[in-house]
Amino acid sequence: MARYEIFVTYKKGIFDPPGATAARALDSLGYTEIESVKIGKYIRLEVADGPDEITRVREMCDKLLANPVIEDYRIVEAEGAVSAG
Amino acid sequence: MRFGVVRFPGSNCEQDVVIACRYLGIDVDYVWHGDTDLAGFDAVVLPGGFSYGDYIRCGAVARFSPVMAEVIRFAERGGPVLGICNGFQILCEAHMLPGAMLRNRGLKFICETVPLRVEPSVCGWVGVPSGTVLRIPINHNEGNFTVDPETLSRLEAGGQVVLRYCEPDGTRAPGGSAPNGALDDIAGICNESGNIFGLMPHPERVVDPEANGTDGQSFFTSVVERMAGV
Repeated sequence: MARYEIFVTYKKGIFDPPGATAARALDSLGYTEIESVKIGKYIRLEVADGPDEITRVREMCDKLLANPVIEDYRIVEAEGAVSAG
Repeated sequence: MRFGVVRFPGSNCEQDVVIACRYLGIDVDYVWHGDTDLAGFDAVVLPGGFSYGDYIRCGAVARFSPVMAEVIRFAERGGPVLGICNGFQILCEAHMLPGAMLRNRGLKFICETVPLRVEPSVCGWVGVPSGTVLRIPINHNEGNFTVDPETLSRLEAGGQVVLRYCEPDGTRAPGGSAPNGALDDIAGICNESGNIFGLMPHPERVVDPEANGTDGQSFFTSVVERMAGV
């Protein structure tokens, strides 16, 4: 079994309302060094070993987990995969 | 002329659409999201709500409901398809309409009646002259429509921008009139041939003069009149 970590973020140029709000809040807390905040999603997949594993994970991202119109994603194959639970 | 209103798990405006249609004398019935046959229906409505709990993204899971393959075929044959609120989000996720929805700019769920300007468009669901200002409720958290600049120009040039948020007098504020931050104040768009229409406002809530007004009526009756050749 392999474990994949997927990070979904807005594409460059797409306004990120929660990120912009967090940036303003941090600034008002005195963290004036903040230049930008981007908020995205973290998804972890556990996948049974098989052929075309990474291709299929990419397909899952394109079809369902991310929306290519507004989002980019990054897949990281995690070390030390363990069974669920 | 018979409308089919698709019921997804988590839809919550399907009864409103059915009641609105019946009030307007339109024959209507529910369509289950697991159905794969739209025989007998002349128009399809994807209603508002929170299909599949809005998990992953609004409309992202509903798009793969069994009925959607048939809705796509129905639309490809020219069948009129209307997506209201969550239905609009589903149409975008299914790539039946371009663009996507972001969280509302102010991060607030917005529930209010807003002025909307009818734009000159090719949309077959519109039954009032362009320039008309309608007052229709919006009720959403993710209605901040966005699309890439090339597609936006194509939408503009092709008469596919159907409804815009505006000020009560029909003008657009310099900083934008969309309460949700939608690009170019866009509240509703259609496909190139005008049979697929998605909008964030809820016209089904404004069909009865004794309940909120009648500004939503024309979206339903226009399709019936067109089909009847009136």
